[in-house]
Amino acid sequence: MRAQDLLLVLSALAVGLAIGVSGFTFVYAKGASYLTDNPQACANCHVMSEQYGGWIRSSHRSAAVCNDCHTPKGFFAKYLNKSANGARHSWAFTTGWFHEPIAIKSHNREITESRCRDCHQEITDAIDPNHGQGAVLACIRCHGSVGHP
Amino acid sequence: MASSTEPSAGQPKGSKLIVGVALAAAVIAVVAVALLVNIMERKQEAKNPFYRVVELTDDTEDPAIWGKNFPLQYDGYRRTVDQVRTRFGGSEAVPKTPSGSDPRSIVAQSKLEEDPRLKAMWAGYAFAKDFREERGHAFMLDDQTYTERQIAAKQPGTCLHCHASVYVPYKKAGGGDLIKGFEKMNQLSFAEARKLVTHPVACIDCHAPDTMQLRVTRPGFLEGIRALKASQGIKDYDVNVSATRQEMRAYVCGQCHVEYYFKGPEKRLVYPWFKGLKVDEILAYYDEQKFSDWTHAETGAPALKAQHPEFELWNQGIHARSGVACADCHMPYKREGALKISDHHVRSPLLNINRACQTCHKIPEEELKARVETIQERTYRLRNLAMDALMDLINDLKQAKAAGKDNGQLDPARNMQRKAQFYLDFVEAENSTGFHAPQEAARILGESIDASRKGQIALRDGKPAAK
Repeated sequence: MRAQDLLLVLSALAVGLAIGVSGFTFVYAKGASYLTDNPQACANCHVMSEQYGGWIRSSHRSAAVCNDCHTPKGFFAKYLNKSANGARHSWAFTTGWFHEPIAIKSHNREITESRCRDCHQEITDAIDPNHGQGAVLACIRCHGSVGHP
Repeated sequence: MASSTEPSAGQPKGSKLIVGVALAAAVIAVVAVALLVNIMERKQEAKNPFYRVVELTDDTEDPAIWGKNFPLQYDGYRRTVDQVRTRFGGSEAVPKTPSGSDPRSIVAQSKLEEDPRLKAMWAGYAFAKDFREERGHAFMLDDQTYTERQIAAKQPGTCLHCHASVYVPYKKAGGGDLIKGFEKMNQLSFAEARKLVTHPVACIDCHAPDTMQLRVTRPGFLEGIRALKASQGIKDYDVNVSATRQEMRAYVCGQCHVEYYFKGPEKRLVYPWFKGLKVDEILAYYDEQKFSDWTHAETGAPALKAQHPEFELWNQGIHARSGVACADCHMPYKREGALKISDHHVRSPLLNINRACQTCHKIPEEELKARVETIQERTYRLRNLAMDALMDLINDLKQAKAAGKDNGQLDPARNMQRKAQFYLDFVEAENSTGFHAPQEAARILGESIDASRKGQIALRDGKPAAK
C-alpha cells in the first residue's frame, strides 16, 4: 500500500513536471500566437522573414494577411490545415531537414489558388471560359508577386 | 478475507499503470525540455548576430583573427580551397612533383595543353609558357608566385595588387598613405614585393573593421571607377562615399576581376575605363595610348592580352541591368540555424543553384543548369570559330612576312590581328564562358571573326596585281 502511494506521488510529480515544462515551452515559443491571424506569428522563427518582408511591401498588405490566402475557408478546415502545416514546419525547422529555398506544397498551392478566386471571383469567372474547356489557369502564374515575391 | 484479497489482486495492475503514466510523462518532459533548449538556442542566434571576442583594427590583416568574431563566414572563406569542375569552368586538381622553384604538389589543369592555339595567339608572351585554369581564392598568392611566367619574364610587384591582401602592406610601405605604398610596391620586383605580403585576399580587403561595411581598398579600382564616372560626367567620384550597398556588392569584386594594364616604366596598375567599360571603348583607349602588351613573335603585331574582364562583361548583361550583384549569385545568402549569412565560400553558382539562382528563378534546378549550359555551349562554339579565324590570319601574316612584304603592307593586317585577338581574348579570358552577358559575348566574338577576315583581305588586296 505505501509503495503504491509513493508511486502515485512520483507519477503525479512526473505528470505535473511534464505539464509544467510543456506549458512553459508553449508560452516561451509564443504558441498561442499561432492560433491568431497575426502575420508576425508566421515569421516567429525567422524562416518566413523574407516572405513576411515581401508581404509588407506587396499590393495585398492592406487587403489580406497570411491566413487569408494560406488557410482554407471554414473554422474547422482552417485549424486542421494550420495544425497539419504547423506540425510539419516545427519538425522541419527543429531538425533542420528542409529544402532551400523553401517552396509551397501542391495541396497548399491549391488552397491559395482557391482563396484568390474567393475574393476576385468576378474577374476569374470572366477569364476562365475564354481559355477553353479543361484549361487550368493559375492566378500566380502571372501575378506571382502580389502576395510576396 | 475477501477485502484483503481484492487489493492484492489489483495492486500489481494499478502500479503498472502508474509506472507507465510516470514514464510517459517523463518522456514528454524530456522532449519538451529538448524542444525548449532548441527554441532558446534559435532565439539567441537571432538576437546576437556575432560575438566580439577580439578587437579588430584597420591593421588586423590575418583573416584567422577576424574569423574568431565571424566563425561562420570564416569557415566558408576557408573552403575556397575546394577544386570542383563545372562543364566549362572550375579547376581540376592535377598532381605535380614539387621542385625547388615550385613546391606545389597540386595545380590546376593547363589551358595551353587543352587548346594549343592559345600558344600561337600569345607567341612571344609569358602566357604562352604557362596558363592554367584559375583555382579558388585560397590559391591566388601561391599560384602567382610559382607560375612559370615568373621565369619566362620578369614580373613586377604590381601583380600583388590582386594576388595578395595588400591593404595593410600598402599602408605600411607608404608610411600610412595607401596610394603612395601602391606606387612604391608597383616598382619593386615581384620577388621583393612578395616579401611584404603574407595572405591571399582577406577580410580587410572588402570590409571595414569597425562596422563590417563593404569598402573598396584597392587603388586600381578607386582610380578606375573615378575615371569611368568622370567619362559619364560625374566629377571626383569616391566609391566609398557615393556607392550604394548593392553597388558595393559588385564593386568589391570588381577590385580585381577586371581588365587592366601596367602603365609606363613605373608599372602603375591602370583599369582602362576612361571611355567606358565595353570592349570597343577599352580598345579605343589602348589605341589612343599607343599601348601594347607585347609584340607578337611570329607576325610582329602590337598585341594586347585581355585579363579576366568579368566586371566589364557582367556590366553589359541582363543581371547587372536588373541590379543583381556578383555577391547575389557567387556568395548567396544561406541559413545557419536562425541566422542568415552570405556564403563566403565564393564559387560558381552552378555548384549552388538552389541558393544562387532559385531565390529569384522559381523553376527546377535541372532547367536552370540547362539554360546556363546552352549559353555556354553556344559561346564556346563561337569562340572556337574565332580562334580558327585568328589562326588563319596569323598563318597568312607569317607567310606574307616570309615572302618579304614590308611593314607598310603588313601593318593594316597586324592591326586587325591586334583587334581580333583582343576581342577573342576578352571572351576567352572572361570566366563565365559568355554567361555574364550572352549577346554581348556573341557580338564580341563575331567582331573578332570579322577582324580576322578583314586582316586577310588587307593582305590579299595588298598583293601585286600580277597574281
